Amino acid sequence: MSTPPTIADFTLELDASPDLLCVIRAALDAWCERAGVDAIKADQICLAVDEAIANIIRHAYAGNTGRIRMSCTRKVDGGAPCLLIVLEDDGRQVPLDSIRPRELDDIKPGGLGVHLIRQVMNEARWSHRPEGGTTLTMRVDISQPSRTTQREDAAHAR
Amino acid sequence: MRDDSGAPLSISIEQDEDKLVVTPVGEIDLSTSPQLRQSLQAALVDGDTRVIVDLAEVPYMDSSGVATLVEALQVCRRQHRELVLARLTSRVASIFQISRLDSVFTICDDLSC
Repeated sequence: MSTPPTIADFTLELDASPDLLCVIRAALDAWCERAGVDAIKADQICLAVDEAIANIIRHAYAGNTGRIRMSCTRKVDGGAPCLLIVLEDDGRQVPLDSIRPRELDDIKPGGLGVHLIRQVMNEARWSHRPEGGTTLTMRVDISQPSRTTQREDAAHAR
Repeated sequence: MRDDSGAPLSISIEQDEDKLVVTPVGEIDLSTSPQLRQSLQAALVDGDTRVIVDLAEVPYMDSSGVATLVEALQVCRRQHRELVLARLTSRVASIFQISRLDSVFTICDDLSC
């Protein structure tokens, strides 16, 4: 039985700026690689975090300046390795029941971010903090191949 | 994303007799999608030729880029022109699959489709 990789938690605080999204993706991707996440899964995790941060920039801060705190931890949950990724902001609290994926059959620009987050993450939970701002807690199982990979494998097997 | 992240976006547009080819090069996210949106809006002001968006040199796209292309598709439909997405990288193809838009767009493996 191979020893699971150990890796230090990855935490950072950043300005809520679209210009930093590429920096976050690159850093998170490098950390995922060291945490033993396969490249396809890491791409999807980076996409989900990109979408989550973009939503904070657009909806919580709505063009205003602000800070975002991110922490990433590799854990073993019920014997399976997973990543716990937490994003915190100090911006406007959007009603929690408004944070939901839109109907995909309704073809229109926008509104896909929450759907993408939920597709990639096994769990995504938004909560308001009493002192203000919002916390998004995401958990993703990294022991299984990505869902897209599974779909592609199934297609290849036909 | 490994090895090719962080590139700025550049966009070229070529019009010939039967098609308009829009070629973005670089990552498309919340930071760069307004640039793509502006270029597409300008390119689609008039004309009746087919529109091909060549995505071969786009290593990454998030939902803001997808939204920009959905908007362009709607403009093209109103103008009765076809919009084709060509040469998607696997990462970009993945976001269209996850968002179930791969059946909404015409997607081709090369520019001659």
